[in-house]
Amino acid sequence: MEMNTLSILNLLAGLILAPLLPGIINRTKAVFAGRHGQPVLQTYFDIFKLLRKGAVYSRTTSWVFRLSPVIGLAAVIAAMTLLPALSAPAPVSFAGDLILFAYCFGLLRFFLVAAALDTGSAFEGMGASREVQFSALAEPALLLGLAALARATGSLSLTGIFSASAGPSAGPALALVSAALFIVFLAENARIPVDDPNTHLELTMIHEVMVLDYSGPDFAIILYTSSLKMWALGALLVNVLFSFLPLHGPAAVACVAGSMILLSVLVGIVESIMARLSLLKVPQLLAGAVAISVLALTLVLRFTS
Amino acid sequence: MIILLDTLLVTLILTGFLLLGSSRLGASIRISALQGIMTGLLPLALEHGDLFSYVSLLGVAVIGLKGYVFPRLLFSALRESDTSREVQPFVGYMASLFFGILFLMGSFWLDTRLNLPVHSSSDLLVPVAFSLMSCGLFLIVARRTAMSQVIGYLVLENGIYCFGLAVVSGMPLLLELGVLMDIFVAVFVMGIAIYHINREFDHIDADRLSALKG
Repeated sequence: MEMNTLSILNLLAGLILAPLLPGIINRTKAVFAGRHGQPVLQTYFDIFKLLRKGAVYSRTTSWVFRLSPVIGLAAVIAAMTLLPALSAPAPVSFAGDLILFAYCFGLLRFFLVAAALDTGSAFEGMGASREVQFSALAEPALLLGLAALARATGSLSLTGIFSASAGPSAGPALALVSAALFIVFLAENARIPVDDPNTHLELTMIHEVMVLDYSGPDFAIILYTSSLKMWALGALLVNVLFSFLPLHGPAAVACVAGSMILLSVLVGIVESIMARLSLLKVPQLLAGAVAISVLALTLVLRFTS
Repeated sequence: MIILLDTLLVTLILTGFLLLGSSRLGASIRISALQGIMTGLLPLALEHGDLFSYVSLLGVAVIGLKGYVFPRLLFSALRESDTSREVQPFVGYMASLFFGILFLMGSFWLDTRLNLPVHSSSDLLVPVAFSLMSCGLFLIVARRTAMSQVIGYLVLENGIYCFGLAVVSGMPLLLELGVLMDIFVAVFVMGIAIYHINREFDHIDADRLSALKG
């Protein structure tokens, strides 16, 4: 019973704190640039402001366009229910849920892309094409990394993976999986060096361009969904990084939440000191992530055989 | 000790991937220097007991040569040749990385098939050696400039050195110093060759040498 409250607490922490992450990233970037910057709670303000407004729909759009934000939100929340906090189990877990976790994001992406194509705008179609191209490369990196974790701990559910300890010989493999997951995290959340979230209306952007036609409550849902997505993928990375810590109970949940804040500071630092890669170099970076995941899987196969 | 050794070996594989994916000659030289330093540290991480002084001497010699002297020679050749700083591959960077992954899996498979009498404490050493050797050969074949071919040769030699560490126990010092001397001369000669190719033809594109007429 106590474990159940813990897992609900973990889920709630994610649902409530997720919009904090973009605010922390922006504040870190502002400090690096010597500015004061927007409030840390800016994403909350944006979401509440948008929820009070009405939505405008283009006459060329169909039901796909109106349906996709809701489905996206549901998919991300479903993924978050599968995510444990170190040894505290997830609310839902079964053998093979790591594949469901990866493909919840696939569902979100599919509907986002379908809605972008539904608007009939060439600009959004271009963004959709890039999103699909890059995620086709990021997905093998994520899945192979998860496969390496599953093999190292002998468990097929996320809860099982992070409650079992992998032993010291898996250390290099875990470090490699974390590196690959960090690249996937940056690519999936459209951060620098893959995409620059600040370049509105430029020809090089990927994620932001697909949601240009949304307004009002729909756009609020999109904003909330993308911060939840950042929380879910980031929490996965944090779980891998700290899986060797013997933390139990509320300390584990607090550790994950605290590390998420550190992770967003790290993302802010990366964005301040790096430029966006040119569009032709991004597939190379993602192929590098795939190579790192394959290496991790090979090492794990060697050590557990 | 074993975790240090494994970390070094994994870093070696990663530098191999970086070399396959990097597009700048200067970056390639720096990465190969890093790889040379890593291979120099390898014998220090292996346990040797009473041979420790010889082994550390060899390690220092390898680090000095591969980490300092060779990069200096290559950089000066690059400066004098005054040509494009691009790698100019025959096989694209993405495809090269893909080949790198294939080589890695192939080497692990080969290692399980061979049953070598390995003296090392880590069972990663032999597959890493095979993967570095195949990466080096691939770099020699798939890159256009003479400079990249020298770098590929260095990677190949790093692989052979790892293999020697794994298979030969006790490290015959004289033999290893002889090998080091060989590469030193080889890199020196190649540096001179690059300089001459460049002075005659205004480029260091080894592929275009095949079109020469007598």
